[in-house]
Amino acid sequence: MSKITDFSVYPDEHGRFGNYGGSYVAETLMAPLAELTEAYLRLREDPAFLAELDRDLKYYVGRPSPIYHAERLSQHVGGARILLKREDLNHTGAHKINNTIGQALVAKRMGKPRIIAETGAGQHGVASATVAARFGLKCVVYMGAVDIERQKINVYRMKLLGAEVVPVTSGSKTLKDALNEAMRDWVTNVADTFYIIGTVAGPHPYPLMVRDFNAIVGREARVQMQEQFGRLPDVITACVGGGSNAIGLFHAFLNDASVRMVGAEAAGEGIGTGHHAASLAAGRPGVLHGNRTYVLCDDNGQITETHSVSAGLDYPGVGPEHAFLKDAGRAEYVGVTDEEALEAFHLLARTEGILAALESSHAVAQAIKLAREYPKDGLVLCNLSGRGDKDVHTIAAREGVQV
Amino acid sequence: MNRIDRRFAQLKSAGRTGLIPFVTAGDPAPAHTVALMHALVAAGADVIELGVPFSDPMADGPVIQHASERAIAKGIGLGDVLRWVAEFRQHDADTPIVLMGYLNPVEIHGYARFATEAVQAGVDGVLLVDCPLEESAVLQPLRDAGLQQILLAAPTTAPERMVQLCGSAQGFLYYVSFAGITGAARLSTGDIAGRVAEIRAKSKAPVAVGFGVRDAQSAKAIADFADAVVIGSALVERLAGADDVQDVTARATAFLAPIRAVLDAH
Repeated sequence: MSKITDFSVYPDEHGRFGNYGGSYVAETLMAPLAELTEAYLRLREDPAFLAELDRDLKYYVGRPSPIYHAERLSQHVGGARILLKREDLNHTGAHKINNTIGQALVAKRMGKPRIIAETGAGQHGVASATVAARFGLKCVVYMGAVDIERQKINVYRMKLLGAEVVPVTSGSKTLKDALNEAMRDWVTNVADTFYIIGTVAGPHPYPLMVRDFNAIVGREARVQMQEQFGRLPDVITACVGGGSNAIGLFHAFLNDASVRMVGAEAAGEGIGTGHHAASLAAGRPGVLHGNRTYVLCDDNGQITETHSVSAGLDYPGVGPEHAFLKDAGRAEYVGVTDEEALEAFHLLARTEGILAALESSHAVAQAIKLAREYPKDGLVLCNLSGRGDKDVHTIAAREGVQV
Repeated sequence: MNRIDRRFAQLKSAGRTGLIPFVTAGDPAPAHTVALMHALVAAGADVIELGVPFSDPMADGPVIQHASERAIAKGIGLGDVLRWVAEFRQHDADTPIVLMGYLNPVEIHGYARFATEAVQAGVDGVLLVDCPLEESAVLQPLRDAGLQQILLAAPTTAPERMVQLCGSAQGFLYYVSFAGITGAARLSTGDIAGRVAEIRAKSKAPVAVGFGVRDAQSAKAIADFADAVVIGSALVERLAGADDVQDVTARATAFLAPIRAVLDAH
């Protein structure tokens, strides 16, 4: 691929990021996707819509989120300065609400009274149930039966917010199957239903739309870096499951050639063991959930079951823009194991008093590795995409502690 | 001439409505798929749709999902499906075969390699559910090799797009009778008769109607206005659990015979 200097022009009008993306869906969905694309391309330039979004991001979500210099963690690591973009401080405790607020506003403008969502860790489900309550929309969340078991608190949280949680028992009973089931619901109820996809995957225009709504993370960070540190970071890092928080951080920096980007995928028990969810680091190009991207599959093209200690990274595909950035050499994608993530979780808790989500702990682990590569005055910016309260039971169970 | 075109030409001149059963390859048992295909033909199938199992069948209802899961659990993949088609062709040179499934297994197999092997095996067409016309450039090697790309049309398809689909249709155009997943039971023939008549007037290819056809009665209602009737989930459900080859073929015959009878009495 020839050297790309302007990354802001992707995707093209067909939703393609180079060889990736597109709209690989059944015919029935082509019309609703065209309707959504038309509506969204109009709204993303509509000052009234953007003003309404900004108001909710400020007064409801609590933006901007700060960049915090984790001094004691940095000292402990002994390398460059580690900076945390505190998306964990958003309402509902993760970056996911940046997207659900945006999509719920689109749903409202399109006159759809019912929203559906899929969820893995439950964060996107909670964020969807939250905005449904906020805007008076009916909400149905599809969640794999296995995930329901390991994320009970979030399931109850969604119910408290008035959402209906539907267990999905097909396939591997996890996030990918919840996505299939949500698609089936959408195909059946297209007239009155808006599907809020939780990550930068799915058919066009979702990878574009979800990226746009999360890109506020990087836009804020770019300004905050100049204000607080007088320059851009040397390297930025974020965890990558579907990749929405990572693209959210990366996007504003894509054309800053001096800023290195590293995505941390879930290496689970180690990439060599086969028990992981590292689609970019260990997968191959394929077609899943409406787009061409890197997927984890066998030689028959069957999507393989993934493993990660964090339900939110447990996904066998990845957003097509990440596939594109990998092939273009603009971003690097590496694996972080369950053990490394847990170690980072504890270290951050003890040195900074912050409980990070297990997903985000992968990014913290990667930030620690990167900090060691740079001199003391180096700047490593890490997206702390969510808080870890939801994971306390998982961690306790794993470490043999009765809570 | 492609077997699909030849078969529809025969149906037209005989004034018959086509019957297109769908079965998932490898289900209920891999050893019986070829025998099942012959039984379908003996019971009156004009075209066979053979489902290629996929782990994430987004457009399918529970019946076909579970059939795919059972086949995948037995290790069935595209290579097995092509082998069975070749085996079927040793005793049946005429019945058209359409492979129905999703894009990823073909993508991973390799488009050019798949095209060559499928034609060699005796496949006539492919219906890749998640590959709409807009993304079909990747299928050029298949078309070059002589495989027909069966396109779907849906109730949600906009009028301008319908014109495009009708102009690009090869083999037959598969009209999805309602917005939903396979096997859902909410067929309303009144609503679709007019739509199908419109499509038939525009389409270069014959129009088959599927999704929601469950029995002789619903098949007959569709036959009033379609060139062919596709029947999948109800048949797959009937076959599930059959334990030997006699049972599988007997169930298929018992299921299709009354449908063939009402179509021919039509």
